[in-house]
Amino acid sequence: MSDNNNHAGQLVLWEVFIRPSMGLEHKHVGSVHAADASHALQVARDVYTRRMEGVSIWVVPSNHITASAPQDKAELFEPAQDKIYRHPTFYKLPESVDHM
Amino acid sequence: MGYTSKLVAAIGLLAQAHFRLSRNFGALHMYTQSLDQSPVNTNESVSGAAVDIHQDAHKQAAFDRIIDADGKIEAQDWMPVAYRKTLVRQISQHAHSEIVGMLPEGNWISRAPSLKRKSILMAKVQDEAGHGLYLYSAAETLGTSRDDMLDALHTGRAKYSSIFNYPTLSWADVGMVGWLVDGAAIMNQVPLCRCTYGPYARAMIRVCKEESFHQRQGYDALLAMMQGSQAQRDMVQESLNRWWWPVLMMFGPPDSDSPNSAQGMRWGIKRISNDDLRQKFIDATVAQAETLGVQLPDPDLKWNETRQHYDFGPINWAEFHDVLAGKGPCNVERLATRVKAHQDGQWVREAATAYAAKQASRQQRLAA
Repeated sequence: MSDNNNHAGQLVLWEVFIRPSMGLEHKHVGSVHAADASHALQVARDVYTRRMEGVSIWVVPSNHITASAPQDKAELFEPAQDKIYRHPTFYKLPESVDHM
Repeated sequence: MGYTSKLVAAIGLLAQAHFRLSRNFGALHMYTQSLDQSPVNTNESVSGAAVDIHQDAHKQAAFDRIIDADGKIEAQDWMPVAYRKTLVRQISQHAHSEIVGMLPEGNWISRAPSLKRKSILMAKVQDEAGHGLYLYSAAETLGTSRDDMLDALHTGRAKYSSIFNYPTLSWADVGMVGWLVDGAAIMNQVPLCRCTYGPYARAMIRVCKEESFHQRQGYDALLAMMQGSQAQRDMVQESLNRWWWPVLMMFGPPDSDSPNSAQGMRWGIKRISNDDLRQKFIDATVAQAETLGVQLPDPDLKWNETRQHYDFGPINWAEFHDVLAGKGPCNVERLATRVKAHQDGQWVREAATAYAAKQASRQQRLAA
């Protein structure tokens, strides 16, 4: 994430997550500048939910987010690629019970 | 190679990149229409660039593979300096265009002919503000700050789309802007949804979902007037006569005058050429004009059976360059209005941060 906090007259940069409707997860939609958390919620509502696309908003100061580094992608994610026994399709069962 | 010679090599490369970039921005895109950009001042450290040259040849190869496979580059990924700068410029100028674009239509909010039209216009202008904010957010992921981008706009270093330097002189202009200006923007923005830079592509998807209403409400307003009195029909036609050619200029100079469009295409930022977009727009709009009952002010407009496109008349590119150079009807006024709005809002920003600081220290005292 960029370190743009406390520019723009000490407005803090917040990342915004919106749950678009009941039952779904919060999804990252972008960022806003705001002075504090309640201000951030109001601005996030104005910017990201004009078309009723929200039942819930989360705002998080951008510098509170820890991200994995792109150069670590191989180390983090490749081990999962050859564990094909994690997939249901690895297991060949008799047809009569294959609906499992 | 000693450090000094690495430094010299780096300076040479940076200078080259600046020069190439100042030409790259020639007519790449609707939001980078200006041909005479001066080199952008970056905070790129020279020693940083020296490290780049030696360590990043394989990163360049990895980047190229992603671009060739039509993949996505995200904020933390390595990218060439020129790719980053191009995007900062394009995305921020796109954002500036949205914000400045609020002004010609905002002009008519207090004079809309009915509550319905007033509510619709307010909703549209709110949308434009929102679109600007999506785009500023996307640009900030590339390492620029809101302050820097606004400063570039307010001092005239950054541009915005030429079309917003024209005045809205009648209520019909409001409908016309919705039908044609937003229509042209949609034509440009849909391909951008597939741009290689993730945050920009996602911002464009969000924008496109909202943009269709902009064009439809404009057309709806014009339809109402065309079905009204003769005076209203005349007003619509007069409006079209003023807006048609500037709208065609929105797509930027002809491809033959855009030698560096190729770089934007190579990077997956620009998907369709200026001329192709302009042609697509004209082809789509002719039928819309016929349904409306207006006459497009081009005596050379004619269907070409061989090309399977509409032929159209010559565009006055001198006017386009004048407007870009700051000599359009509203350039001075637009910028002055923006700067004043920003300055007039300073007390709001100060009040918000003062309140936040006060609350924070109160919490600390209570916790102690």
